[in-house]
Amino acid sequence: MTSPMRIITVFFGMAILLAFVGINQSWNVAFSILNLCVISAIMALGVNIQWGYAGLVNFGVMGFVAVGGLAGVIVSMPPVEAAWAAGGTQLMGGFAIMGLVIAAATIFWKKTQHWKDRPRKRYLIMALIIILGYAFYRYIADPAIDAIEAVEPAKTGYLGGLGLHILFSWIVGAIAAGLIAMLIGRIALGLRSDYLAIATLGISEIIIYVIKNEDWMARGVKNVNGLPRPVPYELDLQEEQWVNSLAESMSFSVINASSLIVKLAYLSLFVAVLIILFIMAEKALKSPWGRMMRAIRDNEVAAAAMGKDVKNRHLQIFIIGSAILGLAGAMLTTLDGQFTPASYQPLRYTFLIWVMVIVGGSGNNYGSIIGGFIIWFFWIEAEPLGLWLIELLTSGMSADSALKAHLLESAAHTRLMTMGLIMMLVLRFAPKGLIPEAKR
Amino acid sequence: MTDILNAIVLITNFVLVPGLTYGSQLALGALGITMIYSILRFSNFAHGEMMSFGAMITILVTWWMQAQGISFGVLPTALLALPIGIAATIILVLTADRVVFKYYRTIKAPPVTLLIVSMGLMFFLGGVIRFIIGPNDQRFLDGERFIMKARSFKQMTGLNEGLAIKTTQGITVFLALIMVAFVFWFLTYTRTGKSMRAYSNNEDLALLSGINPERVVLVTWVITAVLITLAGTLYGLDKSYKPFTYLSLLLPIFASAIVGGIGSPVGAILGGFVIAFSELFVTFAYKRVLGYLLPDSLEPEGLMQLLSTDYKIALSFVILVLVLIIRPTGIAGGKTL
Repeated sequence: MTSPMRIITVFFGMAILLAFVGINQSWNVAFSILNLCVISAIMALGVNIQWGYAGLVNFGVMGFVAVGGLAGVIVSMPPVEAAWAAGGTQLMGGFAIMGLVIAAATIFWKKTQHWKDRPRKRYLIMALIIILGYAFYRYIADPAIDAIEAVEPAKTGYLGGLGLHILFSWIVGAIAAGLIAMLIGRIALGLRSDYLAIATLGISEIIIYVIKNEDWMARGVKNVNGLPRPVPYELDLQEEQWVNSLAESMSFSVINASSLIVKLAYLSLFVAVLIILFIMAEKALKSPWGRMMRAIRDNEVAAAAMGKDVKNRHLQIFIIGSAILGLAGAMLTTLDGQFTPASYQPLRYTFLIWVMVIVGGSGNNYGSIIGGFIIWFFWIEAEPLGLWLIELLTSGMSADSALKAHLLESAAHTRLMTMGLIMMLVLRFAPKGLIPEAKR
Repeated sequence: MTDILNAIVLITNFVLVPGLTYGSQLALGALGITMIYSILRFSNFAHGEMMSFGAMITILVTWWMQAQGISFGVLPTALLALPIGIAATIILVLTADRVVFKYYRTIKAPPVTLLIVSMGLMFFLGGVIRFIIGPNDQRFLDGERFIMKARSFKQMTGLNEGLAIKTTQGITVFLALIMVAFVFWFLTYTRTGKSMRAYSNNEDLALLSGINPERVVLVTWVITAVLITLAGTLYGLDKSYKPFTYLSLLLPIFASAIVGGIGSPVGAILGGFVIAFSELFVTFAYKRVLGYLLPDSLEPEGLMQLLSTDYKIALSFVILVLVLIIRPTGIAGGKTL
């Protein structure tokens, strides 16, 4: 059992840090950090389920998060009728053709497994099916895509979404990410850990490229703004009587109070999700299933010898973890109120989440949550901290010194350095992380 | 006849020459990845940032030289600065090995731990580089821009299509050739090279035969540092230097190493060219080539592009994934990870 004292101390320390920001910078900043802390913690939970429970290295975090974000757009935005009329049906027809081609290729490949003596013929026919199928798909889909993207390109130029409530996208995002994980898992899970890492990293890049360039889907790099919100708007709140009286009694300005209320509303939604996920993850970890997962992680060969289906269990946990990442991605898009494909970068969405898991303590759900909180906090606060530190160090230099100016200008980059340093130090001196995995 | 020549020149100008250059850069990078993988047995995620570091030092020295009025005539001054960049990178990687990686070697940590550690180093180096030189584009190219200009080629041959070869492209291919030849000579004929191959092949047996593992590791890092700096500087000279691009270069480089067969030096070079050429061939618009080759009545209307240029980089990952599914040992049959 991990000592509860340690968990309480660490969480308490985190609360003090946030309160410090609240008092010194502003409560608005503190709560916007906290909101992203919770989302980061959920992402870290997803990675921890894959790495900590089962030892799978998923470097494709960014891809799953983006898929969740895409779900946010597709579920919540109203459909663009004109675009559907222009080429929607034809594009769907194109996809049907694509599906048929893939099905035909798969069936052909399966049916001709006994063609061992004629491999060249097999490859040739296979290539022919794919090339002709692709050409036919492009022939049908290209004009449709052009037509869709030509519909008011400055405002829409895409098919739009389903016009449902955005909270619905959290489930859709999770399911979509899970489905993609299933596809990827079937390809990549048989490989050794290094390969899995590189393969998932590559696949996540492919996902981002597709989202960036297929404008008909979610406008690509033109971004989708103004997603519907699950919480009231600040401007509406400022009209409300109770907000005004509350602001007065707390001696906040009304604007400040309204944005705080919005942030708290988001926070309560996010925390609810976090708590539900956490309870489920803990239950799973303590169940026979969790025990089996750890057995597989610690010794695959022995577990396989005991009759455990290692490959399928790996696939299962890869799907579950990725679905959580998709959920977190949808939540993030909900919070931002916009979908910006260009902002998805591996440093921020893959490697940073990994730092959280490692620093918090892998294999431990408390650990990944606190890791998510602390690392996100420092990711944001490293900049002011770095600036303060550099100002302190260079206080002896004359004000017009070029070196001092350069150092102050570069202070923003201390965050990368800090993250790398923290990660290397933790791996070296406390490889089990802040809250080590419980010994059982 | 001139139509065929025009088509050939067109493809040479837009596919062969850039492909040869980009392929050489990838090959140099992939060769380093493969060396580290086969001797130190882990995938080094800090490789891209190390390349960036080497290029950065070279750029800083180049700027200093330019300020002092030192120049290399028609060639870029960066070539004069390169030895200093290499020396600095050697110091960097040896320090990194001593401070960061050595500990995990002694406790015999699994490769995946080292991979995650190298991720930490990637963050750290990325920060250091941005701290020193900033996140923006940097220019440091000087000297003659072209070996052959498109216009003078047209005048010389009387063809419609021009062929331009940039100085940087020539230098890249030339230096890559020398470096690759040196690495192969070193691995095949020298005592140290042989001991490195023995160590890569069977660690226990190599230790029994009295090979000093720390020396092998040291030499590996030194050679890798040279490869890294060359690859990083040449890429920066040819395209432009921006810290962020080196992180995105990491994946094509890994793809080259894996496609060729990780752990195999020949494979790394093959892989580099396979990735580079397939990127260019698949995203090249064949409209004009077909226009030359086909009779006028059949001239295509569209661009005749297999994939839009936006997908250029994504393509290397597609190839990577395909290789992973079909032949995980790569073209040259390296190790399976």
